[in-house]
Amino acid sequence: MRFRDHRDVGDILELAGRYRDEGADELVFYDIGASPDGRTVDRGWVERVARRLDIPFCVAGGIRSVADAEAVLAAGAEKISVNSPALEEPGLIDALARRFGSQCVVVGIDSETADGDYRVQQYTGDPRRSRDAARRTLDWIREAVERGAGEIVLNCMASDGVRRGYDIAQLRAARAVCAVPLVASGGAGAIAHFADVFRDARVDAALAASVFHSGQIAIPALKAELAAQGIEVRLG
Amino acid sequence: MSARSVAIVATGGANIASLSYALERLGVRATLAADPATIRDASHVILPGVGAAGDAMRRLRASGLDRVITQLPQPVLGICLGMQLLFDASAEGPATCLGILPGRVERLDAGPDRPVPHIGWNTLEPRAASPLLEGLRAGDRAYFVHSFAAPVADATIATTTYGTPFSACVQRDRFFGVQFHPERSAAVGARVLANFLGVD
Repeated sequence: MRFRDHRDVGDILELAGRYRDEGADELVFYDIGASPDGRTVDRGWVERVARRLDIPFCVAGGIRSVADAEAVLAAGAEKISVNSPALEEPGLIDALARRFGSQCVVVGIDSETADGDYRVQQYTGDPRRSRDAARRTLDWIREAVERGAGEIVLNCMASDGVRRGYDIAQLRAARAVCAVPLVASGGAGAIAHFADVFRDARVDAALAASVFHSGQIAIPALKAELAAQGIEVRLG
Repeated sequence: MSARSVAIVATGGANIASLSYALERLGVRATLAADPATIRDASHVILPGVGAAGDAMRRLRASGLDRVITQLPQPVLGICLGMQLLFDASAEGPATCLGILPGRVERLDAGPDRPVPHIGWNTLEPRAASPLLEGLRAGDRAYFVHSFAAPVADATIATTTYGTPFSACVQRDRFFGVQFHPERSAAVGARVLANFLGVD
């Protein structure tokens, strides 16, 4: 669920409640402008979401310190996800895992394919500041897990928003080096894409935003079809 | 039903909020308590858990709560690490735990298709009748997040499987435990919490 700073919290609550009722297994809230703007997440809405939701949710964007993470977790979030701040200071992952346990520390990675390799991108929330983070994606996954990440969300940027399917090759490569749960992100455009990524890239979860927001894919229909194909899902 | 006063034992973790909210949704206001008197006075006691077994046990011992908890006559529910603490010991640390249930909590076995921590919605397979499981059906799913688990033992009332089967729910007398997070397990979790609060 992506939102810029001033989107009405009422909208967020309503949408979150709708996805919960439709059978979403987890929600991720991205404040994608937070890191480029040097902001931290506003906590008020985290608490309101936590009061309402009875499924796990993760807050991403603008968590730059143990104190930031503590505030978000204390407000009721299950997990916090760090991306650009972890690239600036990788020790943040160790500190978060030590303080809260790996199970609530997610490392989000935005990755581009370049020169036959996968490379990490930073500050992708702002097109003017987005840049190559001078790291290979697969190396960064290994390092993040070694430092204590309990889950990796790999957003394959070339696929993101295009709706032509997840980047199976990249996710498969990531799977091979990722010892913790791996979440696929970027590219979902049809129900078949979800089936493909679970079957062919063996990811633990698949994340999508625009196809759900637009109503193009309904979660109950998606889950019913995955179950029919023998993929294990939670049905309502 | 008589008035319920729920005490959540302060074990030092950051995420008590989601548990409090889940109880609020059931119409129950819980008190976060670190002192023996408040815990003894509660009608129901919840031992939550985040963090590591060794740290949690150190904190409980430092405040004398380890002995308070083991002697409580009222219903007690351990959640996640809180359930693991009910056992004799945990491989995490390793740590000596409360010893209410026999057995030792072990680290989950990682495999190629089985990353650890285990994060996900797993099925519950009831194994023995218990008020905690009232209204649940075999195959209902609950949300698990953990790296350690208790083996299937006499106290196991429901199992789940991640590689090998382990205890998803346990009960011995009025001590209950769930490895999953009922506060984040949608309707199934709400039912388990309501069932616990319904134990007199």
